[in-house]
Formats: sequence, C-alpha cells, structure tokens
Amino acid sequence: MLAFTAKRLGIALLVALTVSLITFSMIYVSGDPAIAIAGEGARAQDIEAIRKFYGFDRPILEQYFSWLGGALQGDFGRSFTLRQPVADVIAARLPVTITLGALAIAFALVLAIPLGVLAAVRPNSIADRFALTVAVVGQAMPTFWFALTLILWLGVYWRLLPITGSDSWLNFIMPAIALGYYVTPAIMRLTRAGVLEVLSSDYIRTARAKGLRPMTVLFKHALRNAIIPVVSLAAVQFGFMLGGSIVIETIFQINGLGYLAWESIQRKDLPTMQAIVLSLSVIYVLLTLVADLLNAFLDPRLRVT
Amino acid sequence: MSERVLTVEAMQVDLPLAAGTLHAVQGVSFHVDRGETLCIVGESGCGKTLTALAVMDLLPSAARRTAARLELNGQDLAGLGERAIADIRGNRMAMIFQEPMTSLNPAYTIGNQLEEALLRHRPVSRKQARERALYLLDRVGIPSAAGRLKQYPHQLSGGLRQRVMIAMALMCGPSLILADEPTTALDVTIQAQILHLLAELQREFAMGLVLITHDLGIVARIATRVAVMYAGQVVEMGTAQAIFSAPSHPYTRGLLDCIPVPGKTRRGEKLGTIPGMVPSLIGLMHGCRFAGRCPYVVEACRQSEVPLAPGQAPDHLVRCIRHAELGGLAAHAARAVAS
Amino acid sequence: MVETGLVRAGIPTAAEILAPSPAAVLRRRALRHWGLLIGGTILAIIIVMALLAPIISPFDPYDQQLGRKLIPPIWHASAKATWVHPLGTDHLGRDYLTRLLYGAQISLLIGVSAMLISGVIGTTIGVLAGYFGGRVDMVVNFIVTTRLSMPVVLVALAVVSIIGSSLTVVIWVLGLLIWDRFAVVMRSATQQVRVREFITAAQAVGCSTPRILLTEVAPNVVNHLIVVATLEMAHAILLEAALSFLGLGVQPPTPSWGLMISEAKGLMFFDPWLITIPGVALFLLVLSINMLGDGLRDVTAPENRN
Repeated sequence: MLAFTAKRLGIALLVALTVSLITFSMIYVSGDPAIAIAGEGARAQDIEAIRKFYGFDRPILEQYFSWLGGALQGDFGRSFTLRQPVADVIAARLPVTITLGALAIAFALVLAIPLGVLAAVRPNSIADRFALTVAVVGQAMPTFWFALTLILWLGVYWRLLPITGSDSWLNFIMPAIALGYYVTPAIMRLTRAGVLEVLSSDYIRTARAKGLRPMTVLFKHALRNAIIPVVSLAAVQFGFMLGGSIVIETIFQINGLGYLAWESIQRKDLPTMQAIVLSLSVIYVLLTLVADLLNAFLDPRLRVT
Repeated sequence: MSERVLTVEAMQVDLPLAAGTLHAVQGVSFHVDRGETLCIVGESGCGKTLTALAVMDLLPSAARRTAARLELNGQDLAGLGERAIADIRGNRMAMIFQEPMTSLNPAYTIGNQLEEALLRHRPVSRKQARERALYLLDRVGIPSAAGRLKQYPHQLSGGLRQRVMIAMALMCGPSLILADEPTTALDVTIQAQILHLLAELQREFAMGLVLITHDLGIVARIATRVAVMYAGQVVEMGTAQAIFSAPSHPYTRGLLDCIPVPGKTRRGEKLGTIPGMVPSLIGLMHGCRFAGRCPYVVEACRQSEVPLAPGQAPDHLVRCIRHAELGGLAAHAARAVAS
Repeated sequence: MVETGLVRAGIPTAAEILAPSPAAVLRRRALRHWGLLIGGTILAIIIVMALLAPIISPFDPYDQQLGRKLIPPIWHASAKATWVHPLGTDHLGRDYLTRLLYGAQISLLIGVSAMLISGVIGTTIGVLAGYFGGRVDMVVNFIVTTRLSMPVVLVALAVVSIIGSSLTVVIWVLGLLIWDRFAVVMRSATQQVRVREFITAAQAVGCSTPRILLTEVAPNVVNHLIVVATLEMAHAILLEAALSFLGLGVQPPTPSWGLMISEAKGLMFFDPWLITIPGVALFLLVLSINMLGDGLRDVTAPENRN
C-alpha cells in the first residue's frame, strides 16, 4: 500500500511541476507581459514601472524559480492592482469556492446516484427513461443559461431564493444546483452502468442464493462494488467544478476564487490569474491522488499495485 | 431410513424470446432422499442448470416456472412468495455454483460473507456466527482457518474458494444441496478432493445432494441415482448401477460409448460420437427430441410425445418407445449398426 | 436441421450467403435508432437554416434600428409584436431571428473547427500511445494528466485576455485545449485493435508501421473517432458560448448565442425571451449533436453504452 501511494505521489508531483511551468509561461503568450498588464495606450514609464515591480526584467529562469520558490512557501508576491499579497486574497476566497463546489457535488450525488440505481434495477422502465432524460438534458444545457433561468423562476417569479451575494447558505442553493446539474449526467450514467453490470455478476447470484433480502443484496453487495468508480469520478468532477465555477460565481456574484479570476481578467492582473490557475491545478492534482487512493481503499483487489 | 428431501414433478421452465418461447425445461420430474446423491447429467444447454435454478427460484426474471409439485421436506415451494422463498434459500436448501473465482464478493472478507449466511437466518450473535464459520472452514479442509476469515477472496486460490463456497452452503445446516458443476473450473487433482469432501459431508450431515455435471466419470464416482437430461427433458433415470450396466436410452448409450474403456477399446479404434446437433427448443415440438440423431429412429418416434416409462426395472425410467426391443443389444453392436 | 451436414463441411448455407453485409446491418440499425434519427434530423435542420440564413431572413444581423428596439416575439400578446420580426428585436433594434440564424453559423463554425484541431492533436497522440505502448504511452499519459489538471475555462480566459479575443483566437485556444478526450478514447481503441491477430499478421508480412496504421488500425477505430468527434463538437460549442457570455469569446457585434445571452442579461427580468430564445437554440443544437453521437455509438458498438 505504501509503494502504491509513493508512486502515485511521485507522479502527482511531476504533474504539478509541469503545470507550474505551463502556468508560468502563460503570461508570456503575448510576448511582453508588462505590456499586456499595462494595457493598450499605456505610457512607456508605466510599462517600465510594472516591469520593475514584477521583476520581468530578470532572466526568465530566475523569474521562474523565484516565483516557484515563493509559491511553495505560500507567497505569490504582491499584486500591482490589488496592493495586497496575492496569497492572502486567494486564501480568503478559496473557502467560498470550495463550499460552492462541495454543495454542487453533493447535489449532483444526491440526484444522480439514486436515479442511477433505480434505472439499473428497472432497466427500460419509466424510471430508466426519466433518468436518461435528466442525463440528456443536463449534458445539453449551457450552465450559464440554466443559472439565469433558475434566477428568473426561483428568484424572481416565485421569490423563493435570494439572487446575489454570499451571506447566507440560501445564497448557495441556486448556484449549487446550476453548477451541480452539469456533472449529474456523467455520475448517473456511471452509476447505472456499474450497478447494471454488477447485478449480473456471480457474487450477486451467490448473495441471492444465500437467501439475503433484496435490499441487502442491492446495497450491501451490489452498490458497494458499483460505487467504486463513481467515487473517483466524483472527486475528479469536484475538481472540474472548482475550475468551472467562474461562470456561476460571476452570475450570482459570489465572492469566490472564480469571481476573483474574473476580476483579475478585467483588471489585467495577470500574476493573480497565474496564481489562481496554479492553485486550482495543484488542488486538482491532489484530488486525483485522493481519488486513486480512495479507489484502492474501496477495492481490496487494487491494493497490490 | 429414507426421508424424501426434494420432490419435483412436471417442472417446466419457459423463456420468452424474440423468436418465440424457449422451452428450456420440459416436464422434468425427480426426487432426492436424505443421504442420497442424484446426479443430473447432460451436455451443455440441456437444461440441467436451469432445473437447479428453478428449484431455488433463482431464474432470470423473464423466465416462467410451473410445476405440478415442488416440495422441500414435504413443504410446497411453488406457491411461496419471494419473501418466504428467501427465508428458505441458504437456510434449508443451498446451492454451490460453477465458478468459484467470481462467486464471492471481492469487497468483503471471507468471514463476513460466511457469517452473513448464518446471521440472516438464525438469531445468533456475531461471535457465534464466527465460531460456526471457523468450524466449517476447518471441516472443509482449509488450513489456518482463523487467519482465512480475515482474508479477501482474491487472496485465495480457486480450490480454496470453492471450499469456502461449500462451507457457506453448510452454514445453516441445509437438508438439500444443489451443486452445479462444482469441480468443472478446477484442476483435476483438486476435483477429486472436492468430490471426496462433498461425499463425506453429505454422509456426516445426512443431506440430499443434487450434483449437476457433464462428466460421467464424476457420476460413476459419487452418484446414488442418475437422471440423464437431453433437450430439456429427462430421458433416462435410475440407480447409478442400472444406468451404467444397462443403459436403455440411445442417448445414454451414445454418451457411454464416447468414453474409451481400458481393456475393451482397441488401439486405433475410433471413439464413438453422436452425430448431429441438439434441436432448437423454441416453439412447438412433438415426438422424440433425440430422433434427429438416434441410430434406431423409426417413423413412430416422431409422431407423438414419448412418455417417461419404467424400463428394465420399475425404478429405472426411460423415454424411448423402442427401449424394450433394444434392451438386448450390446453397446458395441449398436455402434456397428449406426455406422 | 437439414443444414447441419453442410455447416460442418465449411460450405456456406443459403442463409449465410443471403445475410446482409456489415454496412447494410449498420444502416438498418441506424435507421431504427430513434435517438440517432431525431438528433440527426434536428442537426440537419439547424445546419440548413444556418446556411440559408441570407435567404430566410431579409435583415442584416448588424443593422441597428433603434426605433424598433425590444419588440417582443410573435407569440407575445402585445400590440408591438409583428410578423416582420417573428422572434422580436433586441436592445439595439436588430432582428432576433436573423441574429439567431447567423449565430448558428458561428456556433457550427467554431464547433467544427475546434473539433478538427483538437481531433488531429488528440487522435495522433492517442493512436501513437495505444499502438506503441511502453515509453510513448507513458509520455502521452503524462501529457494528458497534466492537461486534465488544468482548469480549461480559466486557462482559455487568461490566454484570450492576453492575446485579445476574436473568432480565430477562440477556435485555436479551444482546439488546443480540448483534445484530451480524443487522446484517451483513441488510445484505448487503438490498444484493443493492437492485440488483434491481423496486426501481428501484417507485421509478419513486413508491412511498414505507417501502412499498418493507415490500412489496419484506422478502419477499426474510426467509429470511436466519429463518436468522440460529435461529443467534442458539442463541448466546443458550449465552451465558446460560455466564453462569449463572459465577454472573452466572440466580440460584439458578431452574433454569438452566448454573447446574445450576455447582452440580454440586464434586460432579462423584463424581456426574458431575449435570453430564452438563444438558450433554447444552444440547447437544441447541443442536444441534437449529443443524440447523434450517442446514436452512432449505439449503432456501431452497442457494447460501449454507458
């Protein structure tokens, strides 16, 4: 088990390093980051000031290593436009995004897993077709449009929920639904396929032959095996949601990392953007690692490798 | 001191398909007493597995089962609902399957799955269940049983897993065990051990054993009585002794002919075969199902349904209208006629 | 039963000779799959309407008529609604039906282009990884894992904000980012083909690798490719809509559906149809492409359903 974890950790570190390299080079995509930050029509001295502030005049390798070194210590430097340490701003906004992501994945799981199980237990029934419809609709609907429609109906016409802000947990309901609905189809399909496959396996026949009750057979035996790939998928989807929350956060004006990214883009605050992308990527790498470990924990057969 | 454990009379299993209804099991009747082993023999697709599944009510949901009588220890099974049957399954009758490698849940320990079988049907404590599991694991010949309880199925070999399956079947002390080709997936040496074990356990626990197989060698070793199945029907049934010494149905004869006999079969002699293929079981059928391949077929064979009737002895049943006239022919001569 | 003897001799029976060819079987299955038919039909309709946009609608999508702004669509019980503008007009007086049709052109163009670019990238590395295995596979896996670790929307936004956004930039940025599923699926498909005997046979005969890839591997993985291509096209369309919605995709006044929704955001409480119409259009387009892709998958390889 230890060797397994070590190997995965090693790969994760390598990936994180590569991501940091890519993220770092991102701001050089236009040639001169100082010009990109300063914007069009900026004066030469402003551009020079920016260049000095961020150290763009230093050799590239030196820049990269000092940036990476700082990042490893949790220091992303200061933002020219924000006048604050970038790390502080990110640390303040990250929990909000994580909360939103967690609620969204919770919503998706609560909707998708029961539907998937029901669809698998009664294939080609009305329940199955309903589940399929939910999946098909979820995959085709643009998240931002769904969010706006939710606002229109739940927020304005029926006045059930608040529309903007992040004060109370009520504010998170609509965003969580809008965000979570997009990943529901994948989870539902995987659950359905997994349960369907598991239900026809020999050990389920053994369980029935032992006289176990149908609920026991379904939950203790079938679901326990079918859910394994779903767990890792959920961990991975959680990562997607952290990255994809920018649209939802801007619509609902929730002060999370996605909204910060949005603001940074408006202000052409590239270093903050950089830091956000790196942070999210590292979190994502960690999540994949956790997903792998969860997989091994849930399936005794995998613990050998 | 025979006590009837299982009575099956006129059991039918139908599977609705797109092409029509598949009559997988047609009018099958047999019985098993305490302490006796009934072997159901036949080739793949003859319906023997479905027969066992039908007794246990483990058929696929699309299948339809009917039976004039289906009794376990005198209690009717056919009319029972799903809940009542679940109370009996794994409790008073148990089944062992063919593939030990996949018959255990990989996510739970051996101990968990064994104890579960007992806890479901008896109001015992977890500790008591574990003790019973330990006892049975030891009894089926698994070394260091205590350690095995904590192991996962993938950590055991095929032979060991099958022993675990046997132990699991015995957890509640059933009066009937149905074993569907329990040794087919195992090495030959392990096969012998498992068979020996089954015979021993049956004696010790005074159970009825129905063993399904396509291997006549196994039948010879362990059967008290034999039922030969072909195309969904029982074509011959009697004591093992009678079936081997005086096979009365042409199909049984053909099966026995396929086996080379040391001392009798000459070098270079061609092994017997049964030409042709099993007929389709879909839709309406009439006449003898074996007619297409039988070396003794006459027109009358195809005309009407052939009943299972007493043959050379009252307890030796045959489904052949010509069995009386064919009774005298030696198997050897029969081959000469066919070729 | 009469056929038994002939079958055992290896001679094809009458039934076998008259059996339909694989292509015919596919075509029959396709025509019976209602998801594929409906999806394909809707998509075809959208494509035709997009191509015939100048003929269907007399208006110019860029033509602002401030005197005729915010006319509601024809189904509204309002005096202002008129058949001249069946879907109404937006806040700048532009005919909504026209903008919708030209927006379809944009969505389809971006969908196909991004799909082609990402398809070329992903398929190449996926097939190479699947065919050669070993080191090549390890490297490709690493690249794919790295790409998967990066938040696509954010990276796209960052890059676009630095370079400046335009139709071409959006197409290229998307194309260079969404190739991961192509790589994963094609790798897996190639691996499955790789172990088949006819590959070994081709190698034994001395076929060069490029030839094997082209003549033996390609025909057997192309059905997977088509399925992924349709799904990624839908993906690209949704991504572009999101980017344009955030203002970093196609720039105004170009009629992108995502942009139209964004422009109408502020007015949605009073004129909700301004966001409903493009939203439904996006939904139908993506839905039809997805149904087509799912249908193709079911028809060509039913065992891959999930």
